[in-house]
Order: sequence, then C-alpha cells, then structure tokens
Amino acid sequence: MNICVFVKRVPDTESKIRINQESNTIIEEGLNFVLSPYDEYAVEEALKLREAKGGQVTVVSVGPEEAMVVLKKCLAMGADEAVLVKDDQGETYDSLRISKIIAQAVKKKFADFDLLLFGKQSVGADNAQVPAMVAEFMGLPQVNVVTKLEIEGNTGTAWREIEGALEKFKFSLPAVLSAQKGLNEPRYETLKGIMAAKKKEIPVWTLNELDLGEEELNPQLEIVKMESPPPREAGKIIEGEPAEAAQKLVELLRNEAKVI
Amino acid sequence: MILVYIEVREGKVKKSSLEALSEGARRAKDFKTEVNAVLVGDKMDNLASEVFPYGAEKIYLLENALFGHYSAESYAQALMTLIEEIKPDVVFFSASAMGKDLSPRVAAKLGVGLASDCTSTAARDGKLEITRPVFAGKILVALTFKSKPQIATLRPNVLPLAEPAAAKGEVIKKEVVIAEDQIKGKAVEVIRGEGAELDVTEAEIVVSGGRGMKGPENYDLLRELTAILPQSAVGASRSAVDAGWIDHQHQVGQTGKTVSPNLYIAFGISGAIQHLAGMSSSKCIVAVNKDPEAPIFKVADYGLVGDLFQVIPHLKEELKKILKD
Repeated sequence: MNICVFVKRVPDTESKIRINQESNTIIEEGLNFVLSPYDEYAVEEALKLREAKGGQVTVVSVGPEEAMVVLKKCLAMGADEAVLVKDDQGETYDSLRISKIIAQAVKKKFADFDLLLFGKQSVGADNAQVPAMVAEFMGLPQVNVVTKLEIEGNTGTAWREIEGALEKFKFSLPAVLSAQKGLNEPRYETLKGIMAAKKKEIPVWTLNELDLGEEELNPQLEIVKMESPPPREAGKIIEGEPAEAAQKLVELLRNEAKVI
Repeated sequence: MILVYIEVREGKVKKSSLEALSEGARRAKDFKTEVNAVLVGDKMDNLASEVFPYGAEKIYLLENALFGHYSAESYAQALMTLIEEIKPDVVFFSASAMGKDLSPRVAAKLGVGLASDCTSTAARDGKLEITRPVFAGKILVALTFKSKPQIATLRPNVLPLAEPAAAKGEVIKKEVVIAEDQIKGKAVEVIRGEGAELDVTEAEIVVSGGRGMKGPENYDLLRELTAILPQSAVGASRSAVDAGWIDHQHQVGQTGKTVSPNLYIAFGISGAIQHLAGMSSSKCIVAVNKDPEAPIFKVADYGLVGDLFQVIPHLKEELKKILKD
C-alpha cells in the first residue's frame, strides 16, 4: 500500500498573529512554526496502514525551503521518503493553485499510489479545499474529515464527521482522504527516527520541473485587506453568592442581552 | 444571477442553506439581479415550498435516483452541468459539512477560485467582496475573485435568515444523467448518537466546559443545562477533549470548531488564545471561573467569579423558572 501524505508548515495554534498591512501578509518574525496539527493525524494513519499492509509512505510539502523542518519531523515519525515542492509564493488563500501543483506532482512523480492523505484543513488558511480539489483533478473519490478508516483490499470504509453525526462512506482505491482529530493518536518521534531523518536527503522539485507555468498558477482570489477583528471589551462582573449571582445572570441574559 | 445550493439532508432542507439563500437575495438586490436556488437529490417534490419564502425566484431540482446517496463526485457533476448552462455570476453554498466537501470539487471542475467560510459578503463595483476569518478568527481577510462564477461558502449561524415571505416562483426539474460507475465513493449511512445531538456550529446556545469540569462525569451538569435551553449544545475546551472527558466533536477552538452562537457560556475555561479564536465571534459570552485573572473574563460580556459546581444548580433553577412558559 503506497501512500502520499501532504503536509504544511504553519504557525502553532498558541501564536498571536500580527499583520503587515502594506503587504497583506502575516508577520512571521517571532512565530513558532509546526507541522499543521491535522496533518499529524494523516501521517500517523499512513504509518499505521503501512505497518498493517506494507508499502511506502512518502510525505510531500508544497512551500518554501523552511518547510524542510516539518518534512524532517514526518521522517522522524517514520515516513520512508519526503519531498519538498519548492514554492515561494506567500499565502494567497487560494487553494486552486496549491491543488494544481499537488495534482501535477502526483501525476508526474507518483504513478503508483493507493491513497493520498491530507489533514482536513491547514491551520491558518482554514480552507479545507485542497483534498477535494486534488480528488477532482485526479478523478478520484474523496472522504473528508475522517475519524475512522478501514481498508479491505481495493475498497475502503471511512466515517466522516458531519453536523452532530457521522456519515459512513464506501469508496474504491485509489482515493483521497482527509484526517480529523480523533482518527488516531499521533506518535512522537523516536531518537533513532530523529537521527535517521537528519541524514536523510530530501529531494527538492521545482514548479518548472513539474511543467507548471506561471499563468495557470495565478491565484484566482485577490486579497483586498487583512485586519484583526475588533477586540471584545470585557463586560460586567456579577458579584454575590452563587444563588444571587445566578439569578442576576439569568435576569441580565433575558432583559439586557436578550439571548434567552 | 446568483445561484444558491440548498442542501437536503434526510429529506429536509438545511437551515444554514436558507441563510445562504437569504444572503444571496440581499446581494441580488445590490447587483439588481435575481437569486435562484438549486437542490440535488432523488425525491424533492415537497421541498420547493420551503425554499421560495427565502427569496428564490427559480428553483432548479436536479434529480437522479443515485442522488439518494450523497457523493461529491456525482453532486459536483450535476451542479457543474447546471452552472455551465445558466452561467451564474455568484454561487453560494453553506459552509456546512456537505458544503465544504462539495464546493471545492465544483470550483475545481470549473477551474475557479473558492472563498471558504465567509462571515460577510458585499457588492463592490459590481463585484462580490467577501470577508472571512483565517487562523480560526484571529485575523479577518477580505477577498475578491479574479474568476467567474465567484464561489463562496458561508458560515452557518452568522448571516441572518430573511423574514419568510409568501412567495412562489418557477420550479424547473432537470433529470441528470450520471453513470453509476463514475461514482467511486458515496455515503451509505448516517449514524447519529443518542438523542440526535445538535452540533455546536449550529446551536444558538453553546454551554462549554473546560479543565475546571474536573472529570467526564461532570459534563452531565452541562447536559442538564442544554436539556433546559432551547437549540443548545455542549462544547468543550481542548484540554478537556485531550484528557478524554468528552468527544472531540464538541471541541471549540483552533483545532476544533469555530462557533458563533447567540450565547456562549464557558464553565471552568481559562481562555487560552486558541480557544478564544474559536468562540470570540459569539454574540454574548458568559464566563464562570474560580480564577478572577482567567483571560476568558477579558472577552466575556458577563463574568461570574465562583465555583461552577455551586453556580450550575442555581442557574438551572433560575433558567427553569423563566423558560417554563
């Protein structure tokens, strides 16, 4: 079972994000970058499937040179190979562009695969578009936001999260899946893995090499402006003993805030 | 023309799609154009009457027996065929689980950009401009489109539902040809937990518990509150989910769900930045916490410094009193 997992380098979730208003970008200085949390579940699932069924796990990131760090982490977790598709375009919030790059990379370089795995969304752009777009470009079935997965031969069953319920999907391989928290418990890197990852060479592919021209990669969305949401003001502190305070609170919710 | 995808789940029209239609009707007015709706399914005869009151002039019903099982592959095929025929300038989806699954496939088929999870839309110089939260709401970005149709998914529970009007328009049925072997993946079953819980993203009131809940058994206290409060759901912080006290479906925050209910009540949640990102767009926030220095109080409209285990029983009684009638 050959699996490609697509991962992204993102600011960690505890980061306070600041903006450069002139360039419409976030200020990277001082941020701690990590493997996007949902991607960890995708990597873990790939490793578990390989352990059960054999095959190879290749991890791919589309991004700047700095994304090497997250590829190294995936290697240290146990991935067999890692590849960087070098792309220095900053965040455009346009998933079509990234999906074209990924689909082209898969078509040109990975003829033989059973699964393309993703995190359900990157932390940051929060688009949740790339897996489905890649599936469309590749003519493959998709199951997104997966919390449970079973593969039997050439078919799979996946349970995906929808509003207040799970939706059970049947699909044939090859397929595109995106991982949601709950799918598994991602493993930590081992010391041995970290040492091996250090030595491992990570090939770098250029967009040129993938025969992708500038025009087809032009983002289809244009950033007009970025801003921080208006800060919320701290409101009233309700004093008193629990019984009294609870009564006051309910009174305020009904008559002042009018929400109950 | 603006086209809005109306989602049908288990034979019912989804409310968040009607919110998207309401927004579509508002923008259609700005653009001096019409708004139409499209439904995909197998048996939809009675559904048009539920959709017309929210502003649709025409309703397209795309029918095929295969649509009884949701599949992004076949639904996207059906929508693309219609979009190529009627050429809308704007297409809206709800950013529901299905909308998020389906819309990228449609956008990829058409080779156009897609803006996800928008919280406002506007007409500017004849073009659509949308605003959407990124980094789970830490930043807002305004976007315009270079491609047409301009496709956006709209976050549930944020944009107001129009006042329903006694309106009726034209229903256009279209039989869609789909070869069964083109569908390589499809939904076969929807599995609901006990009592068909409301999702935190759809609830009007979210009652959330964090580390201060002390253990999984105490979430029953929150469930007792949601049993009293209409349209409410139980939420949780990441630390409570990571401790295994409650399922991750309930998690609110950057690695969970982003919610914008009318009322968000945080019990024993300190207010880490990644949690605040997921709930700061709530209309009214209440915090109950023992620690007066907890960051959650900085965003709360009403703060109650105290022991949640003492507060909840009284709160329950007070709520029962006023919600009885």
